[in-house]
Amino acid sequence: MNKLDSTSNQRQKIHAVRVMRDRIFVVAFVLAVVVGIAGLAALLLDVLVDGLPFLDWHFMSSYASRKAEQSGILAPLAGTVWIVGMTALLTIPIGVGTAIYLEEFASKNRFNRLIELNIANLAGVPSVIYGLLGLAVFVQFLFNGSRNVTAGALTMTLLILPIVVIASQEAIKAVPSSYRDAAYAMGANRWQVVKAVVLPQALPGMMSGIILALSRAIGESAPILIISSLVWVTFVPTSPDSKFTVLPLQIFTWISQPQHEFRGIAAAGIIVLLVVLLSMNGVAIWIRSKYQSRPDQ
Amino acid sequence: MSQGALNNVQKTEQRKLSKLALTLISVLIVAIIAACGGGESGSGNESTEITIDGSSTVFPISQAVAEEFRRDHPEVQIPVGISGTGGGFKRFVTGETDISDASRPIKESEAALAAKNGIEYTEITVAYDGLSIVLNRANDFVTCLTIDELKSIWEPNSSVSNWNQVRSSFPDKPLRLYGPDTDSGTFDYFTAEVNGEEDASRSDYTASSDDNVLVQGVSGDQGAMGYFGFAYYTENASLLNVLSVDGGAGCVEPSVQTINDGSYNPLSREMYIYVNNASLERPEVRDFIEFYLNNAGELAEEVGYVGLPQADYQAQIDALN
Repeated sequence: MNKLDSTSNQRQKIHAVRVMRDRIFVVAFVLAVVVGIAGLAALLLDVLVDGLPFLDWHFMSSYASRKAEQSGILAPLAGTVWIVGMTALLTIPIGVGTAIYLEEFASKNRFNRLIELNIANLAGVPSVIYGLLGLAVFVQFLFNGSRNVTAGALTMTLLILPIVVIASQEAIKAVPSSYRDAAYAMGANRWQVVKAVVLPQALPGMMSGIILALSRAIGESAPILIISSLVWVTFVPTSPDSKFTVLPLQIFTWISQPQHEFRGIAAAGIIVLLVVLLSMNGVAIWIRSKYQSRPDQ
Repeated sequence: MSQGALNNVQKTEQRKLSKLALTLISVLIVAIIAACGGGESGSGNESTEITIDGSSTVFPISQAVAEEFRRDHPEVQIPVGISGTGGGFKRFVTGETDISDASRPIKESEAALAAKNGIEYTEITVAYDGLSIVLNRANDFVTCLTIDELKSIWEPNSSVSNWNQVRSSFPDKPLRLYGPDTDSGTFDYFTAEVNGEEDASRSDYTASSDDNVLVQGVSGDQGAMGYFGFAYYTENASLLNVLSVDGGAGCVEPSVQTINDGSYNPLSREMYIYVNNASLERPEVRDFIEFYLNNAGELAEEVGYVGLPQADYQAQIDALN
């Protein structure tokens, strides 16, 4: 009887320890979330407080100036839109095409595994390296010294292509092979399976990857500093051959000015950059939900 | 019937997808055509563009002058870049840019490249910058140091870590150092003048390429010493104490006056622009350079630098003609 009591006592103790451990981890995870979100909130609040007073129509529609209160963001904003638009046009077909080929068509031999390994490695190369590559190959070789939007977009394409390929591959891998088998059983050929089954299923995942990659392209300043180097531009790019500057480069220049007012202008620039980023994410979510709310699932 | 519905759904799905793909491809084609066409139209208006690249230290002056110049000449585009003095010269000596901003004179190796490429140029001094050595606001025991004392602090392998090692009359307070990183022209100049050899410096100090970070560091650290351009001191004069420097002729504090008349010695340096002589033949470039020299004094001071004596600007304008 006594012995039985002690074992049940022991069991209760073990149980209590387990419950404790469970609670400790819940608290730790909640703390992790709070730290992340509080940091982000503090950052956003700081930027909003500094930047909002400067954010008006004049700021959106004028060019940069040596006087903070007269400065505007038109040229870098237009430059960023050009760069991201052209980068998207170049990256999506090439990146998605590569992923489809590697996942659906290529045989799994040693050579193709080597290609995949190298794509994964390329995703980790620092962005400055791509800037130098772009300067040598696109600016100096392809465009004969012209530092234009196309050279910038091509460089950004190289930079984010590995990310797009990997994300698209993962999205394609996530499509259950039973779907493909079913389509093959109905007599579809490979291209029909890809077009009718794999792509529609993988599209939401691909979009997330593409938008994340493009967001990285928006935030990069190092390669553009090498390709363009311009920080005072008083025109909007009108063709792919125009000179340009981008938001992060302009923000970086403003922050490093000695005059205090430029920090407010820089904060306003950061808000614009955030809005561009968030609206791009919004488009991605919209496309995702559009394709996910299909009646046959 | 349900099979028919499923088929329909799949069909519209396919149609949607192929429409998306079609739009993407057509936009891509348009973009490529535009890229090819743009190449031709782009070269047409090059004559009304003056390209400037180079030092980010000189950038605010060039930007200010270009901004004012465009008020009267809106048809001239003057994009200004910040590749750095060396990066700017790399483009300048191949004839890619019309004007190069520089915070130091052109090096022999760069001049040799220019000569090889048949590029002739004119050096123009546009303003002064006084390298300012700053201390924390709470530091009330140091107002002036000699160049030798500065050298004992900043030279390579220096072990000075307390103010009483600098001068025995100073209190026992830890000395912490803040300065620009090794890529900076300010670093090059300071090491050359103080340590006697360019780029020779102790490396155990807090380095940043952003001078505003250095301002924050020094203003928050009681035993701190740091150095950067004059503009960063004047903008933050209420947060920092500035150190007078004895270069052999007594203690001199950096100010517009002492930098302008050359008595803040040896830590005031000249800012240059280099103009391609072939570009100078173009009327808009000549107009711009004359405008630059006529207004640099005033505009340099507006962005935190110090102008030359007026006679020096006039002499350079006369030399152009």
